[in-house]
Formats: sequence, structure tokens, C-alpha cells
Amino acid sequence: MEQQCRDLINTLAACMVAGGTDPNLANLLSALLGVVLVATLPLVTVILLIWVERKFAARIQDRLGPNRVGPFGLLQSVADALKMLTKEDITPAGADRFIFNLAPIIAFAVVVLIWAVIPFTPLHVGSDLSVGILYFVGVGSIGAVKVMVAGWSSNNKYALLGAFRTIAQLVSYEVPMILALLIPVMMAGSMSMQDITRAQGGMWYIFASPLAFLIFFISNLAETGRAPFDLIEAESELVAGYNIEYSGFKFGMFMAGEFMHVFTVAVLTAVLFLGGWWGPGVEQIPALGFVYLGLKTMAVYFAMLLIRNTVPRFRIDQVMNFNWKFMVPLSIVVVLVQAFLMRITTSLGLAPNEAGDFVSNLPQTIVLLLGNLAIIAVVLNMIRNRGRQQRLADEAAAAHSDLAHPAGAPAGD
Amino acid sequence: MITINAQSIAFILFSLFILGGGLGVVTTRNLIHGALYLILSLFGVAGFFVLLSAPFLAAVQVLVYIGAIAILIIFAVMLTRSMTSLTEAFNRQWWLAGLVGGLLFIFLAAGIILPVWGASSAYAGQPVSDVVATTTDLGIALVDGNQYVLPFEVASLLLTAAMIGAIVIARDDE
Amino acid sequence: MIALWMYLLVAAALFCIGIYGVLSRRNAVSILMSIELMLNAVNINLVAFWRYLTPQNMGGQAFTAFVFVIAAAEAAVGLAIIISVYRNRKSVIVEDVNLLKW
Repeated sequence: MEQQCRDLINTLAACMVAGGTDPNLANLLSALLGVVLVATLPLVTVILLIWVERKFAARIQDRLGPNRVGPFGLLQSVADALKMLTKEDITPAGADRFIFNLAPIIAFAVVVLIWAVIPFTPLHVGSDLSVGILYFVGVGSIGAVKVMVAGWSSNNKYALLGAFRTIAQLVSYEVPMILALLIPVMMAGSMSMQDITRAQGGMWYIFASPLAFLIFFISNLAETGRAPFDLIEAESELVAGYNIEYSGFKFGMFMAGEFMHVFTVAVLTAVLFLGGWWGPGVEQIPALGFVYLGLKTMAVYFAMLLIRNTVPRFRIDQVMNFNWKFMVPLSIVVVLVQAFLMRITTSLGLAPNEAGDFVSNLPQTIVLLLGNLAIIAVVLNMIRNRGRQQRLADEAAAAHSDLAHPAGAPAGD
Repeated sequence: MITINAQSIAFILFSLFILGGGLGVVTTRNLIHGALYLILSLFGVAGFFVLLSAPFLAAVQVLVYIGAIAILIIFAVMLTRSMTSLTEAFNRQWWLAGLVGGLLFIFLAAGIILPVWGASSAYAGQPVSDVVATTTDLGIALVDGNQYVLPFEVASLLLTAAMIGAIVIARDDE
Repeated sequence: MIALWMYLLVAAALFCIGIYGVLSRRNAVSILMSIELMLNAVNINLVAFWRYLTPQNMGGQAFTAFVFVIAAAEAAVGLAIIISVYRNRKSVIVEDVNLLKW
């Protein structure tokens, strides 16, 4: 199990050594090959995913979607990529040329880098870092640099304003995301992605802590900048934001980076909360892990697409209020309650045993789930009370303004 | 004198990042470029932490320094935008500063190199053991009553105080 | 294998670069960045000594973590002061902030 597998690549390295290559060189080459494989996987997948996304959006909007290029329009993304490549590559006057060209590369690289720590099967993982979660958070936080750099180097005040808006959102939603990440780490007792997946053999963490899953999911929607959090882009209201001056291939890199980020987040959610590669028979045939992880990822991905295409956009003040006045306090409460309950169950002897099978996980999961449900009940009650008060206040104000302006002129917002 | 392997190549590369980035920070007139050089330098330091088998500190270095402090600095540079590219970036005593820095480096370098000079080989100062404490040990040490729990709590208090202080100072009164 | 003194040499060079930046720059943000460089030089030293001399004892890593905390607090408060000064005096040149000097 512990062997850092990639059977094919290791075999290749052994063949090269047998053929007279220097062992160090063979190791280096096989490591490079592994890097290329892990980095190519998301790149190839994203080409298909763009097609999936456009078809999905089209069906929701009662359209056909891409259907001209190739069977079922499958090659539409390839055609789009070619179009991007052949467009003129414009660098605006007064732009900081080197940094301007650097930003798309950062945007793309930070997403690909995350794939290094994702465990695909019990054997296949790019690098099982002991601080995998922190690595993901750290690499993700570099994403803010790319926005800043792109917005500033464009020499365009709209790009700069868009960058400020984006950074405010990215930095804010990192807080609940990291707090939600603490819960899988606490339950598995490790920050390694592979250990976290392995610890979910008996029970997925979504059952033990649905709230942490929801917080992670929502804050990642905001991190990727998709609707309903697409203030970053907001095509129909504002100019595009920090990437307004980019064209051609560089814009394509931003766009591909965004699509890949959504997919990457779906994979991470599957790994951290939906049991990763776990599924029937995966211990006998590790390669099945690819299938199970893919299926779970697609489930999360379709949930994201559904939300993107059906929920209206927030205003910026709503985005900020929702984060700082709701998500952050809620995630702190969840972490505290979860840690407390885990401590209690451990001292009562209800913690899962070493085998970590379904039955031994059951008592602790039920306790944690009840804790989560209690938090949800309290929160829903608070929301309902506030909504009722707001409605009463609105009705009172409306009645008052009706008296003041009998003509019924709109009172503004 | 250094055997060429992956580790020494990485060491040289990260050293170049650190020193090149550092020189960039103190010499460039454009502050945004300075902040990017700072990120390069900090990234090199994170690489050093990996080489020194402290992966937790490396990840925290990237998260705290690059993800938070560098972003904060870039924000501050943009908020004080008219000051981004000063024609006179250096004060009148810059040559004195250079002298101080250079002399200090000579002294420090002498203090570092002289003890190992002429020692059995340039390899003096190998690690005493290959067994290294892990991230778990660090976590336990930080909350252990006999080790660092008091500094740890004081540090969290300091962070809270700094956060409140920063908000109070930077807030617009209007 | 890399010896301890190589790490120390790089750290010393970084520290001196930081000192030069602090003493020679006029812009307060630049000075703050140079201070961060100096703190990082200290961190390299702490971790290098920890790895080479006391790898079983967590002191080096723990102190590095505390330096992170100090650096974060210093950056937050320092930049808040700089922005506040800029708002009042329209300048972030340290030589212009001389109200308390006679």
C-alpha cells in the first residue's frame, strides 16, 4: 500500500536503468513524467467539461447549446481554443509588460499545482504531503496575487477597481473555508489528503458534519467566482473586472484557469467530504478509485452548475454581509461544537476503533450529526425571526409612505 | 566542494530567489515590483524550509507571508498610489546604509565561515541526526503545559490586539 | 549535502540586505518590506539551527511560528499606520512625518 506506485512509470524507470541510463537521471525523468501526467489530467478533462457546462446551461435556458462542431458539438471547445490562439495578442499602452504577461501564467499554475496532492486511488497520488491541506490553502491564497497583478499591470482603472473587488471577496471567503477545512483534519487527525480519505472508510464526513460540507462548498463557490458570487465578472452589469485588458491566448488562460478551478474544487470536496476514492471493491482493484472519485466529483460539479444557472447574482454588500455576519460566525460555532462533541465521544469510548468500519463509526457520527442539526435548527430559527421583523418593519414603512405619498410614488430602495 | 545532486541544485536555486528577491526589494523604485520581488524572496525561504524538513513551516510561510502579508502590502501600495514611483527612492544617507550593511555582512560572514575554515572538510556542520520531529510534535509542543502553551496563548492575544488596533487606526472617522 | 554554514551565510546576506533597505529607503512601505526580509533571515537561522543541532526539540520550529505571528501583527498595524498617515499628510515618506521632531 505504501509504495509510491505509478506502476507504469516505475516500470519505465526500471527499464531505463536496465538499458544503461544513470539511475538518478532515470528517477528524475520518471518524476517529471509523473508531473506531466498529473498536470495533463485536469487540462484534458477541462476541455470536455466546458462542453458539458455549456450544454447544461443551454438545456436550463431552453436552448440547444453547441451542436455544430463534431458529434453533439463535442469539439466546440477545441474550436474555441483555436480561435483564442489565432486572435491578436494585445498589450495595452502603458502596461507593465512583464507582469502583465506573468499574471495569466500564475492564474493557470496555481490551479494545476493543487492537483499535486489529490489522491486519485489508494496508490495513485502525485505527492502525499504530510501537510496536504495547508498546501492547498497556501497555493489557493496565491490566487489573490494573480488578481492583484493582473489588475494593476493593465494600466486601466476599471481593471484595478475590479481587482480590488475581487480581492475583497477572495480574502473574505478564505476565512470560513479554512475553518471548515479544520473539521476533516480534526476527525482524521492528519493533514494529509490520503490519510483523510482513508479515515473515511467507515463513514463519509458529509454525514458527520453536513454544515462543514455546506460552508466549504459555498465558500468555494465564492472563491471560484461563479454565480451567485460572480461579482468578479458580472458581465451584464459591470465591465469584466481585473482581466478586462486581456485578449487572445492570455484571456484563454484566465478562462481555462477558472473552469479548472471549479473542477478542482469539486474534486477536493469529493476527497474531503465524500470519501474520495472509497467504493465497493476498491481495496482489491485500486484503479477503481478513479471511477468512484470521478463519479463523486461529477455529482458535486453538477450541483455547482445547477446553482450557477439558477440563482441570481448577489450585490457586493450582500456578499460581504453574508460572509462576515453569517458564514464566519457559523463556521466558528461549528468548529467549536464539533471539537467539543468529539472530545466527549472520545472520553465516553464512542470513537471509531482502528479498523474504522461502518459500525464503529456509527455512534460518533450520530452524535456529531445531532450536534449539526441542533446548530441548523438554531440558525434557521434566528433567520426566521429576523425575516419576520424585517417584513414587519417593511410593512410599517410601506404603510407610512403610502400615507405620506398618496400617489404611490416608489420610495426608492 | 558541493556534490551536485537534486538537493544542492534546489539549494542554489532557492538562494538565488532569496538574495535576488531581496536585492530587488531594496533597489527597485517601483513599489509594486518591490512587492513582487518580496514574494519571490519569501518563496525562496519557503523552499529552504522544505529543504530543512519543516514542511509545516513552509506551507505556513506561503499562506501567511505570500497569501496575507504580501497582499496587504500590495493593497497599501495601491491605496497610497501617488507614492508608488518616487523619483527619489533613497535618502541622503544611502551610502552610509550601504556601508553599514556591507560591514555587517563581512563581520557575520567571518563569524560563520572562520569556525569551519580549515576544518576537516567543507562539510563541517552536518545534521546531528536524520530523525526529525514531525508536525504532530510541533502541535503537541505548542499546547503542552511544560513547553510553549503560554507563549502560544500570548501570541493569539497579540494577534487579536493587532487586529483590533489595525482596524481602529485605519478606520475612516467620517 | 548542504552544510549548516551555507544556510547561515544566505541568512546573513538577506539580513544585511534588509538592514540596507531599512536605512536607505524613503518610502515607509519599502521600509516595512525590508523589515520582513530581516525577519525571514532570522527564520532561516532558527530553522537551520533547529534542523542541524536539535532536531528532536521543537524550540526552533515553535519560535519560527511565533515570528510568523509577530510578522503578521507588525504588517497589519504598520500598514494601518502608514495608511492613516497618508490620509492626514498625503505622504508616506518617513522624512515628512516629523511633527514630533523639533
